[in-house]
Amino acid sequence: MNKTTGKVTGIVSNLVTVEVDGPVAQNEICFIDVDGTDLMAEVIKVNGNTAAVQVFESTRGLKNGNKVVFENKMLEVTLGPGLLSSCYDGLQNNLTTMDGVFLKRGEYTDPLDREKLWDFTPIAKAGDKVVAADWLGEVKEGWLPHKIMVPFSFKGEYTVKSVKAAGQYKVDDTIAVLTDAEGNDVNVTMTQKWPVKVAIKGYKEKPRPNRIMETGVRVIDTLDPIAEGGTGFIPGPFGCGKTVLQHAIAKQGDAQVIVMAACGERANEVVEIFTEFPELIDPHTGRHLMERTTIICNTSNMPVAAREASVYTAMTICEYYRAMGMKVLLLADSTSRWAQALREMSNRMEELPGADAFPVDLSAIISNFYARAGMVVLNNGQTGSVTFIGTVSPAGGNLKEPVTESTKKAARCFYALEQKRADQKRYPAVNPIDSYSKYLEYPEIQEYLDKAVTPGWGEKVGQLKNIIRKGREANEQINILGDDGVPMGYHEIFWKSELIDYVILQQDAFDAIDALCPIERQKYMVELVLGICGRSFEFDDFEQCRGFFKEMINILRQMNYSEFHSEQFENYEKQLNTLLNNGK
Amino acid sequence: MANKAYHKIYTKLEGITKATVSLKADGVANDELAVVDSRLAQVVKTKGSMVTLQVFSGTEGIPTDAAVTFLGNPPTLHVSDDLAGRFFDAYGHPIDGGPEVEGEERQIGGPSVNPYKRKQPSEIIPTGIAGIDLNNTLVSGQKIPFFADPDQPYNNVMAQVALRADVDKIILGGMGLSNDDYLYFKHEFESAGALDKIISFVNTTEQPPVERLLIPDMALTAAEYFAVEKNEKVLVLLTDMTLYADALSIVSNRMDQIPSKDSMPGSLYSDLAKIYEKAVQLPDGGSITIIAVTTLNDGDITHAIPDNTGYITEGQLYLRADPDSGKVIIDPFRSLSRLKQLVQGKKTREDHSQVMNASVRLYADAQNAKTKLENGFDLSDYDNRCLDYAKEYATRILSIDVNLSINEMLDTAWEIFAKFFTPAETGIKQALVDKYWKK
Repeated sequence: MNKTTGKVTGIVSNLVTVEVDGPVAQNEICFIDVDGTDLMAEVIKVNGNTAAVQVFESTRGLKNGNKVVFENKMLEVTLGPGLLSSCYDGLQNNLTTMDGVFLKRGEYTDPLDREKLWDFTPIAKAGDKVVAADWLGEVKEGWLPHKIMVPFSFKGEYTVKSVKAAGQYKVDDTIAVLTDAEGNDVNVTMTQKWPVKVAIKGYKEKPRPNRIMETGVRVIDTLDPIAEGGTGFIPGPFGCGKTVLQHAIAKQGDAQVIVMAACGERANEVVEIFTEFPELIDPHTGRHLMERTTIICNTSNMPVAAREASVYTAMTICEYYRAMGMKVLLLADSTSRWAQALREMSNRMEELPGADAFPVDLSAIISNFYARAGMVVLNNGQTGSVTFIGTVSPAGGNLKEPVTESTKKAARCFYALEQKRADQKRYPAVNPIDSYSKYLEYPEIQEYLDKAVTPGWGEKVGQLKNIIRKGREANEQINILGDDGVPMGYHEIFWKSELIDYVILQQDAFDAIDALCPIERQKYMVELVLGICGRSFEFDDFEQCRGFFKEMINILRQMNYSEFHSEQFENYEKQLNTLLNNGK
Repeated sequence: MANKAYHKIYTKLEGITKATVSLKADGVANDELAVVDSRLAQVVKTKGSMVTLQVFSGTEGIPTDAAVTFLGNPPTLHVSDDLAGRFFDAYGHPIDGGPEVEGEERQIGGPSVNPYKRKQPSEIIPTGIAGIDLNNTLVSGQKIPFFADPDQPYNNVMAQVALRADVDKIILGGMGLSNDDYLYFKHEFESAGALDKIISFVNTTEQPPVERLLIPDMALTAAEYFAVEKNEKVLVLLTDMTLYADALSIVSNRMDQIPSKDSMPGSLYSDLAKIYEKAVQLPDGGSITIIAVTTLNDGDITHAIPDNTGYITEGQLYLRADPDSGKVIIDPFRSLSRLKQLVQGKKTREDHSQVMNASVRLYADAQNAKTKLENGFDLSDYDNRCLDYAKEYATRILSIDVNLSINEMLDTAWEIFAKFFTPAETGIKQALVDKYWKK
């Protein structure tokens, strides 16, 4: 087929208009020739025979009249074994195999190692009837069984003609031959391509999430848990610990595959991942974290248009692993930068702007993207999930801005990072009152928590939040009326809320033990703290009340720093009991 | 800027705004430089045969029949070791009376470093100022701004930091510097005898604002030459980035772009990130560290310029006048160096982070005591000791006029602790108290 070609007729920064000589599709990829270098670009608008394209690279030196070739396909990712432990840019170029210290314009590298041999084991056998996304075989990628599937683009039913015997193959080797309804044979390799803007289907149904995904972070798991296959977002002003919290979730999240999309953020933060992750051990499997992690990295100084592509690239890779029946966690930092990229482009196209000059369809774009997460039941009855947590960087720390508001409509969990808590070094600085998890309202999740944690867990969490709320009110009164101006009960309830704050909400992400708190340990501490809060005390004055609770907080914090049920832990608990028995 | 013979000369402008001109021309490349009525300009937009040029020095007095020639390349800088010790304008031309610099001609605003090839920053940059070294330690390869009100002595602090920092080259990018400040920098550099390691690119308030847009890229192109080719530690000073952002908004406004928050262009984040992300620790030992100044409007950090900056940079330093000690101090609460934990206790003494945390916590207790005092509540003995401590801590540690080694800072802090508190009140680990407590 002849490719459509065109020539450049206008340039504003990375928005280029092209006069075309044939058909073009929305989101079609094209290459623009600049002095022998091909720059990748994507069609974002067509008007008559003029296409507006966004260029994924610097357009310096580009001239009107330069030649453009359209590729007759959308932006695609390459899927296959070897994605894990890789580091890609937003267009899935492998950053590790590029030459030189600087990124070169127009340099595109292969995402997969074509020479590597993989240990293949067949699953399907000749005669099987299969459809897209059915499993034909598997290879070991690290310790994970990477399924080789019928390509997602295959329509209708196929019959397996042959599958290769167990053995070592390269990704491009044919591992199966399928016969379609018309009797044509099709070769299947271990790799396939898929357009990033289209969600991968190939599953039977998408049920409501029905269990939680543990993160080991108390303020999430206990107070506002995220469901496996759920969505959440973390908005917060700079310096509130967004990145630390995200990294903690990435390190500890109970998922088999983690994809991190560093979208328009600091390069040194990505360097931190490169430096630390290969050293870190996954607490659930004892393997290196890097083995289950893919990094998509489009830092703030890399081309703006590729920022948008980067989150889609990441999501597509997640969906690919979900189709293998895996638990996948996607973290994107930060979706605001992606929204800003959309704004820059909409601005250059001189579209009528919405609020804060963002495009009017921002909300729809964000909710479409969040909707790609979820738990699915595969054709073979197994389940897989993509859990998505995005961060948002609200301008001026003000949560009433378009990106935060649009995201709030799309995501089911909301973890509000608060400047005030960060200033007081109360980390993670998640505001326990403003934050929420809609999953707590799901009957299936409530049922799950009753079974997995303890019966009546939801009520206990409710009590916890209630004490925090009452403590806040008491604190306000104390600040207005002075320590002596309020009844003793105010001090007591305030200090009970401080107890919860220091022992349950606050968590030291840099302490080897406290950083990861499994759910049974969370349950133990919550019951311990609620037990204390349920007592009523008699204090002579507020100084005594403060002293008593400070001492108690100190002991309980030491417990948090000790190995669960170790001798040290038990000793602190004894100290606590002595204090409680001698107390009022 | 001599016109070369083969360059076609255009003489008909179709449109003129305060910052841009447009004309019909063929074969023009994006980002290419042009000369309009003997002023330097750059291609910012082409639409069909219509080309829009941003005229750096403004369009005052440009007639519609002005001569326009295109130069065929984007802005460049000649780089070589001869840059050292020289002063340049925004176009890279000497303003110190010396000759033009010979060397390789390099396009400014070049490509980014592959994030995978970066190294994690790990070398401390000592400044002698305890508010920085002790509480907000700087690391080579970091990017950090001073957030300061216009009346604060940020340029003086920056000059001091630059001259004390143990680096191979210091590159000053001055945007909208007052002539007095420019002469101040020049004088400080000369009298420190450090001229041979300093390179300056300066745009003063007397010069057109749009010219400023070239300054950071000029400074960073020079920085990359020394850091990449010579494996040197380079410190880049950018003052004042607020004026740079203002110039961006002027141009986008003239191009009829829809402004976003605070009438800044929608691309402000990317524009600033492109500059700050040039800070890097390179694999072969060279590094670029950026210290910038962002002036605030009455301390408002929610304004688009400081807000976007805060999301890009690795922390920020606040200057504050402290009424109790009568000194300008580095605010210990709001200042933050995100990379400090990469060096504290690793490249510095073991007690560093504990001493830092304890001293700031006690200073916070002093602030609470002060609030109590202001609200008319009684002070406890502890409150009174905190207040005395705060005064001494501000004078001997936080003030910008101290000049100590990091071990001296730590010893000073221990000395002040012992003067006002018991070891238990500091909450420092017992093992460190046993070793360092001043009896």
